[in-house]
Amino acid sequence: MSIELKGVNKSYGETRALRDVTLTFGDNKIIGLLGRNGAGKTTMLKVISGLIFTDGGEVTVDGERAVENDKALGKMYLMSEETYYPGGMKIRDVFKWSKRFYPDFDEGYAARLAAEFGLNQKKNVRSLSTGYLSIFKLIVALSVNTPYLFLDEPVLGLDANHRELFYRLLLEKYAEKPSTIVISTHLIEEIAALIEHVVIIKNGEILRDEPREDLLREGYTVAGAAALVDAYSENRRKIGEDSLGGLKTVYLLGPPDDVPAGLEVSGLDLQKLFIRLTNS
Amino acid sequence: MRINNESAEPIFQQIANGVEDAILSGAFPEEEQIPSTTEISVTYKINPATALKGITLLADGGILYKKRGIGMFVAEGARRKIELKRREAFFQNYILALVGEAKNLRLSEEDIKKMIESGFRDEH
Repeated sequence: MSIELKGVNKSYGETRALRDVTLTFGDNKIIGLLGRNGAGKTTMLKVISGLIFTDGGEVTVDGERAVENDKALGKMYLMSEETYYPGGMKIRDVFKWSKRFYPDFDEGYAARLAAEFGLNQKKNVRSLSTGYLSIFKLIVALSVNTPYLFLDEPVLGLDANHRELFYRLLLEKYAEKPSTIVISTHLIEEIAALIEHVVIIKNGEILRDEPREDLLREGYTVAGAAALVDAYSENRRKIGEDSLGGLKTVYLLGPPDDVPAGLEVSGLDLQKLFIRLTNS
Repeated sequence: MRINNESAEPIFQQIANGVEDAILSGAFPEEEQIPSTTEISVTYKINPATALKGITLLADGGILYKKRGIGMFVAEGARRKIELKRREAFFQNYILALVGEAKNLRLSEEDIKKMIESGFRDEH
């Protein structure tokens, strides 16, 4: 059971937002979709959810073409930065209304989460602050119980306490009822441990698509006296460097083998690796 | 137990080490149940597959065992097993690092021995 993108292309005028993207989301995994601003993350999520059409290629959900297919689209939910609910609608009415489109929507659970986050259900959608608008959309996302869930910048405007609460609720939900969850976010450090799989998109192209652990195992840093570091990093896959006087740190891909004495080897966390892979 | 995302050590390995530490300190006694992978996942905000991998590592090493339908338990003799394993690593992880830094600081073997003796006196 999976969502598959095959050779998907999408352009906006001269800009190629997605270039021949072939990708599979499934296996009830939590996946991090990472990319710099304008890399094509949101376009990809909108294409999958049928909000925009592709210029070529296709999206299938559990083997069925997704375009204008209510059954296929009903298996997924996209929480996006845009708000598609009428501004004058009350929160609790949105919860009721969601049940009509998503039969597995859990109204009781949504009400409990609203209480836990301190969201007043009598308020109108339009009267919510940025943070509470995110919270409101997160509550809907956690309550829809679709097999596929896409979260585009889920913690936008949330304070640290609410972010922490959200990550806990997400993992509790996932443990209780596993589903495929794709999280697109700039806060890489916060989700680094949450995700099992990483997809990195750059200029509309898929740069990486692999288990988080495999990706992390690949990157490492070597630091020490510049001459020694240069000698070691020559003929290795260098993805970046920092210098400070006679000291140098290089960022490398590949196994950290044959490191001479006097050089310090350390790992690269997901955020640092991401920055190095997507620079320039 | 603390999870460090910036560590070169994979998170599943950190989980395994953290559980071992808890067994050594007596926080997780032998023949008692340890927290579930879901509890570990939610508490440390880590993917449950990662938590499971750490726990599986210890189960494969005979430190933990599974009671079907209940959960994971600390094996009898687990503490001793961890002690022996860590003693082997002690020379590699601590002594070599200590000697290396001592050489950088031009401390003699005699200086170090004195410091170790005083360290033991302070502790006990």
